[in-house]
Amino acid sequence: MTTDASLRRTPLYEEHKALGARMVPFAGYEMPIQYTGIVAEHRAVREDAGVFDLSHMGEFYFEGPGAQAAIDTLVSSDIAGLEVGEARYGLLCNEGGTIVDDVIVYRTGPDQVLMVVNAANIEKDAKHVRRYLPKGVGFEDRSNDTALIAVQGPRAADIIGRVAGNSVVALPPFGVKSTRAAGAEAMIARTGYTGEDGFEVFVANADAVQVWQALMTAGGGSRGEALTPIGLGARDTLRLEARFSLYGNDIDETTGPIEAGLGWTCKLDKVFVGRDNIARQKADGPKRRIAGLVVVGGVARHGHDVVSDGKAVGKVTSGTYGPTVAQNIALAYVPTELSKVGTAVAVRIREKDVPATVVKTPFYRRAQ
Amino acid sequence: MSAVPDDLRYSKEHEWVRLEGDTATIGITHFAQEQLGDVVFVELPEKSASVRQFASLGVVESVKAASDLYSPVSGEVIERNVKVIEKPELVNTSPYEQGWMIKVRLADKGELNKLLSAQDYRAHIGETPGAGGD
Repeated sequence: MTTDASLRRTPLYEEHKALGARMVPFAGYEMPIQYTGIVAEHRAVREDAGVFDLSHMGEFYFEGPGAQAAIDTLVSSDIAGLEVGEARYGLLCNEGGTIVDDVIVYRTGPDQVLMVVNAANIEKDAKHVRRYLPKGVGFEDRSNDTALIAVQGPRAADIIGRVAGNSVVALPPFGVKSTRAAGAEAMIARTGYTGEDGFEVFVANADAVQVWQALMTAGGGSRGEALTPIGLGARDTLRLEARFSLYGNDIDETTGPIEAGLGWTCKLDKVFVGRDNIARQKADGPKRRIAGLVVVGGVARHGHDVVSDGKAVGKVTSGTYGPTVAQNIALAYVPTELSKVGTAVAVRIREKDVPATVVKTPFYRRAQ
Repeated sequence: MSAVPDDLRYSKEHEWVRLEGDTATIGITHFAQEQLGDVVFVELPEKSASVRQFASLGVVESVKAASDLYSPVSGEVIERNVKVIEKPELVNTSPYEQGWMIKVRLADKGELNKLLSAQDYRAHIGETPGAGGD
């Protein structure tokens, strides 16, 4: 185990150490990759509940009468249509119509907008946003002062209710409100990245430990056992089963929204950065498309070739064993003609071509 | 059970060998499975394949990543553990018993001298001497 002095720590670092987490460098932070084990943590979220430290994520705050309209021209989805207390997933794109980041935008007040960005992209996104933001719209990057704690799983609503009250339990999916949690000022949203019901709690760094501990206790069982903490390892298997894109793996500045299967986030009848080229991508039809694969006889990983008739025709962007679906699953860019459900391809794993089939995604969908 | 049984020999790459006559049973250590995390896939050589000491033997994949297995001895594969291929989690739950990988007919017993004793392996993984007997 090496420690790197240049790595940042979240306010919950000592909690992770005390819980026996294995810490790894991630996006400039020392983050917990697992506590007890990825499969056990994954199952806890699907069947019960789990708590995540996501304080590495970036929080951009925008303020002013023009804030909502300005963000609407920066993000691919319908931000102008957000009422106060609503949130929406969308993309930051560049003029060429490729993806700078995927974000969630929260309208937290009449003239207040919060944008949550990926940790690895904070600097890049801040630069991008500044480039397009009109004068008069306040912009503050509060990533370093803001902690983010997520509670996800079938029991999440019950747990958050005990810490933040029933008004939070009443939030619809993608609803957000300012409230108090465990005595601290908090912004709570019914959002997540796991495919389960869940909540994300934004608090000041100074309040993070008290909110984390309150959730741990509120989520604990009758025998005094605490809520299950979930590391980045299970976060990845959970999101991949639910077919959520991971920036830097499945999407980046070389991929466009249409081929990435994110056309649904692009409101093409409005003006936003990248709109024209995305409209062209859609009209022309992409040459390649991201597809879900089930691989039998090996685990596909990021960077593996997808093979058809002995020729490398595409690349795996994410791959793992999915603990809930109990299959080896992957996302890969393949030529559009090979992206139809049921198409047989192969993934080249350690020089061997292992059979794979294009399947419908998400790989996992929770029972409603 | 000790995390490093006294009656086995070990490689620096965290494989173990149990010798019965000229048959060597090979697996990975408790320490190795703990480092790997949940094992979800095991790739092993076919029966009658030959393996060479310290050369690649196969692959174990955890949820996170693939790791190479190296054969601690040379010889011919006389059996592979079909159960561990079907239920890779046996590597985690029973690394020294049900989670064994292959059995090899040993080519050269002298190779065992190039492996570590339990005591040396404990030192190799940073367990303090004397702490291994519990």
